[in-house]
Amino acid sequence: MDELRELYQEVILDHSKRPRNFREMPEASHRAEGYNPLCGDRATVYLRLEGDVIRDVSFKGAGCSISTASASMMTEALRGKTLGDVRTLFDRFHHLVTSDPSRAAQNAAPELGKLAAFSGVSEFPIRVKCASLAWHTMKAALDGEAKTTTE
Amino acid sequence: MTPRASALRATIGYDVEAVRRDFPILRTTVHGKPLVYLDSAASAQKPQAVIDAERAVYETGYANIHRGVHELSMRATDAYEKARARAAAFLGARESREIVFLRGTTEAVNLVAQSFGRTNVGPGDEVLITGLEHHSNIVPWQLLCEEKGAALRVAPIDDAGEVDLAAFERLLSPRTRITSFAHVSNALGTVNPVRRMTELAHAAGAAVMIDGAQAAPHLRIDVREIGCDFYAFSGHKVYGPSATGALWGRAELLEKMPPWQGGGDMISSVTFEKSTWNQIPFKFEAGTPNIAGGIALGAALDYVDQLGLAAIAAHEAELLRHGTERLRAIPGVRLVGTAREKTGVLSFVLDGVHPHDIGTVLDYEGIAIRTGHHCAQPVMDRFGVPATARASLACFNTREDLEALARGVLKAKELFT
Repeated sequence: MDELRELYQEVILDHSKRPRNFREMPEASHRAEGYNPLCGDRATVYLRLEGDVIRDVSFKGAGCSISTASASMMTEALRGKTLGDVRTLFDRFHHLVTSDPSRAAQNAAPELGKLAAFSGVSEFPIRVKCASLAWHTMKAALDGEAKTTTE
Repeated sequence: MTPRASALRATIGYDVEAVRRDFPILRTTVHGKPLVYLDSAASAQKPQAVIDAERAVYETGYANIHRGVHELSMRATDAYEKARARAAAFLGARESREIVFLRGTTEAVNLVAQSFGRTNVGPGDEVLITGLEHHSNIVPWQLLCEEKGAALRVAPIDDAGEVDLAAFERLLSPRTRITSFAHVSNALGTVNPVRRMTELAHAAGAAVMIDGAQAAPHLRIDVREIGCDFYAFSGHKVYGPSATGALWGRAELLEKMPPWQGGGDMISSVTFEKSTWNQIPFKFEAGTPNIAGGIALGAALDYVDQLGLAAIAAHEAELLRHGTERLRAIPGVRLVGTAREKTGVLSFVLDGVHPHDIGTVLDYEGIAIRTGHHCAQPVMDRFGVPATARASLACFNTREDLEALARGVLKAKELFT
């Protein structure tokens, strides 16, 4: 059960059961739909930008606990960030969930904050796509692509 | 005797502990727990007899087949052709030459679609499948229909996961050239009334292809009794090596069909102007096949026959009943696929918990199940779920395996809700 708790940390379980910013956003300036064909997870990410600052971010969709918690925690992490910050966070998060699990602790860059809870994901290659779905979708929204998949 | 009584009688003398000793992998541990393997519908584990047979080929009798004049080549050819005869007997085929050895059911469907389909299906014609099919029995027909300007028709399934036979009959038309359907559904375990469906199709003048991938490990198959035209199964699902399998086809149809891949072994003579084709089944077997695997497939079929398909089926039916009860007793669990005739497949969803999370929690208990869409996305759409968790049974499973499954599902429920 301990190893299982490494993956399903309390903060992840909390966000998967009670996702934050889980709503549509009619006034969004950017949005995209993401799809993970492997597990059927879907996420729509909404963003409202003023200049290059993210004023509001939300999501809707259905997925496993990892993908739901990841989307929820991403929305919390992105509010108020500049586009430059977002790019950095995206890269740091991607590195966290895809790099060598034995170096997971070192891989958690300080700016990730609570997102470091996803370090356990790198132990489960098949779940990496779950953790990154919302992030890829967010990136697609900012790049002006309406749809993306994890493939 | 009632079916229940005959099932019980067949289980008497079935020594599951002895069967378990035949599978070396059951002695392994996963995350420190003894392995509970409930994913045989994805791929079956291998008994020692199959592992030994494959090893023996490489140690004492390996060479290329159908070519060499030397002793080893003749040994290998002899063993490979014996395996073909074994597969013919397993399916109730009249002759070995009706058995084409392939990589599996997927390749068999593609062969029939590309060879029989391209010569017999034209613009405005129809191909009929069902809503239960695995992607491998959908996509090859889509490719064919697209190329030929033909239409793909799909017979729907009902809430229990059974094919709507009346709709199947209605959808058969004078334009239907071929219908292809699963003997047993991989996602739900539904056993189709293949004999009846074949009669209906033949009455409409359509050829019949049956995907037997999920039937071969669980049901006795007799292609002549079913009356179909083509039947395929995969070696790896019936305790044999992966990338082995067989297509049975009526000799008179196979004779008329063009080759679908060119290469060595499939020709009788080659010049730059014209080549002539080898006899069946070799016409459809271009290139060096999985020789040791094919031979070991013969050993797998021997193994299954030795246990007895009736005894295996009875054992699995008892487990299915038990597992169904145990899962149904967990509030929030919904079984997907409740056909009257089922093999040992427990496909289910749990309120508020994604199948992948169930799969990960079970994995940490040493329990292997499949989660996802099972390569049958249309089946998932039909039941309005993106995915299910699927536990599937084999000859070596026990009631304790299902107790472990139920405990694991409860644990997932506690963790995520």
